[in-house]
Amino acid sequence: MAANYDYEEAPGTYDDANRQDLGYDPNFVPDSVKSFVVHLYRHIREKNVYEIHQMYEISFQTLSDRLFKDTPWPSVDAVAHYVDNDQVFCLLYREMWFRHLYARLSPTLKQRIDSWDNYCSLFQVVLHRVVNMQLPNQWLWDMVDEFVYQFQSFCQYRAKMKNKTEQEIALLRQFDQAWNVYGVLNYLQAFVEKSNIIQILEQEKEGGEQFTATDGYDYSGGSNVLKVLGYFSMVGLLRVHCLLGDYQTGLKCLLPIDISQQGVYTSVIGSHIATIYHYGFANLMMRRYVEAIREFNKILLYIYKTKQYHQKSPQYEQILKKNEQMYALLAICLSLCPQAKLVDETVNSQLREKYGEKMARMQRYDDEAFAIYDELFSYACPKFITPSAPSFEEPLVNYNQDAYRLQLKLFLYEVKQQQLLSGVRTFLKVYSTISLGKLANYMEVDESTLRSILFTYKHKTHAVDSDGKIISNADLDFYIDDDMIHVVESKPVKRYGDYFLRQIVKLEGVITDMDRIKLE
Amino acid sequence: MGRETPKQQQVSYTVEQLVAVNPYNPDILPDLENYVNEQVSSQTYSLDANLCLLRLYQFEPERMSPQIVARILVKALMAMPAPDFSLCLFLIPERVQMEEQFKTLIVLSHYLETGRFRQFWDEAAKSRHIVEAVPGFEQAIQTYAIRVLSLTYQKIPRPVLAEAINIEGLSLDKFLEHQAANSGWILEKGHGRGQLIVLPRNEFNHPELKKSAADTVPLEHITRIFPILG
Repeated sequence: MAANYDYEEAPGTYDDANRQDLGYDPNFVPDSVKSFVVHLYRHIREKNVYEIHQMYEISFQTLSDRLFKDTPWPSVDAVAHYVDNDQVFCLLYREMWFRHLYARLSPTLKQRIDSWDNYCSLFQVVLHRVVNMQLPNQWLWDMVDEFVYQFQSFCQYRAKMKNKTEQEIALLRQFDQAWNVYGVLNYLQAFVEKSNIIQILEQEKEGGEQFTATDGYDYSGGSNVLKVLGYFSMVGLLRVHCLLGDYQTGLKCLLPIDISQQGVYTSVIGSHIATIYHYGFANLMMRRYVEAIREFNKILLYIYKTKQYHQKSPQYEQILKKNEQMYALLAICLSLCPQAKLVDETVNSQLREKYGEKMARMQRYDDEAFAIYDELFSYACPKFITPSAPSFEEPLVNYNQDAYRLQLKLFLYEVKQQQLLSGVRTFLKVYSTISLGKLANYMEVDESTLRSILFTYKHKTHAVDSDGKIISNADLDFYIDDDMIHVVESKPVKRYGDYFLRQIVKLEGVITDMDRIKLE
Repeated sequence: MGRETPKQQQVSYTVEQLVAVNPYNPDILPDLENYVNEQVSSQTYSLDANLCLLRLYQFEPERMSPQIVARILVKALMAMPAPDFSLCLFLIPERVQMEEQFKTLIVLSHYLETGRFRQFWDEAAKSRHIVEAVPGFEQAIQTYAIRVLSLTYQKIPRPVLAEAINIEGLSLDKFLEHQAANSGWILEKGHGRGQLIVLPRNEFNHPELKKSAADTVPLEHITRIFPILG
């Protein structure tokens, strides 16, 4: 999984030559590494997906921890002859090599550019040649995830022009295509298109194709690589669009994946979390709070129940981090749109523990409240980027915070517009009918202002969903007859229909799982 | 006019296709800009195409046309209650948003988002050059205003309605007659000499209508279990 999403990256203070002088020989290949590449190469050739997964997930981590705690792995040139100089294997090895570098060390500009080149070569192979491999979903997800992460990291790096050396500026000018936003988006789009994944998913619904049922693996002698990369690229596109602030298009890219069901996206925990995190965040920014709350609730419950199984995994830290961030986002959503019944008991108690006090303060909508909204948003939001090329004119400035500041500003603007609503809610809870004049008096505003507040309440609590329908998320509602306000509290209706449907689907899921066990 | 229309239809079909199939392509920028102007003149609207253009402006800020961006924002305003206006703002750099015409548009959006209709119409009157450039603006906002009123009021006093849709006197009388004939509005006498307008019933201004819909299950949900049942 991608490295820490720390907002401030450690500056790359050394370049290749220096580092190599400091006791790291890129050509030295320990026996354990030789054995690793030889076996991995063989397993890939023989399509032993299980063994590949074990080596990728466990052996690579163990060797990294033991031998390469703070140095890179041996260079690809040093290991190539152990694997017949196989081009594809070398590209895969390099991909892992760079991922390790980003995770443990700080990449130099040259290394960033080289990693881009490696992705280009690797992706060209997958897109344009017939690739006869089966790789574990974990690896394929990590490729897409890391690709987007390195893009995000590069944009952050590039935006800090102030202390760039002359050498770095020259390199940036020369290699202006590296991590170019068009390139990144078009590769992801190419995977989606070339793999035909959208049509495959559609045909699967009608029973014409097998994809989800086999977790994306190809049991008829073919390769899963292009299809699964195409699938994960949809999540990749959602992520990139969130980084750019285009939430509508991001959600559109994810549309072919039905997140109300299990799917290949749930086969890898990292992918599951990344999908729901960005889905939820995009809905939050589009003011679809109910939808965001629903999905955050589901995944937080899932993580609560299953995180113990991932304690040994290299993704554990990331899982915990995203878990905390989503609690923060849930706290924001619930403060803007109180919907107690949508949150599961377990999640609710965790939420109270972490953010109970802050949520109470947020709903007061005073200056302190805005500070808390700011704090939680800044903690939990994606690392927004400025995708355009930098200006090389003097004076050189750092603009890496610009994108984040804009999204934060617009978010707080929306919060501010809802400022007066909590006051109204308090009164509506207490009265069943009240005249406009009286309520205006109590709230110390004139009637015209009160009308505006009531209109705002109606507008903000009646969102337009993706199908254009009006959905009310108001826990407390009202209507006005001439100059009398009549308050209506929506009583929770026991939804038998929904309950039965859920149980039917659940049972079917259990039976399917049982069937699967028999087959294996 | 007759000869131009088929050509127009052909162009917009192609642009929508471009946005769906090849959106991350700097070459389509002029097409998207033309499409914005076409949306304005033919009173159509495409959020996806406009977001695509704003993205391209984000990738290459030197190619940004403030005039086109302003038109996109006005069109987005007309799409209320959809949040299109803020979706567009997310993609426009802060320093651009500081320019006078954009500050005005943001203020107009703010007034509409917070139900301040009188202030909105006052400000719009001061900025005729911005809003008159886009045909259909007034009607679109009036439609939005009526929508909000319909969520809120069962019976609305005439002055409140007049302020919200910026129509008065004889024009308002004509407007009310039209709505009574076509949209089910009923005109009543209120207390004093005022007029009360009864708006059509819906589940938002008549909550008792909502209760009966509470336990129905939408067909799409049932279709999920068809494979299981079948």
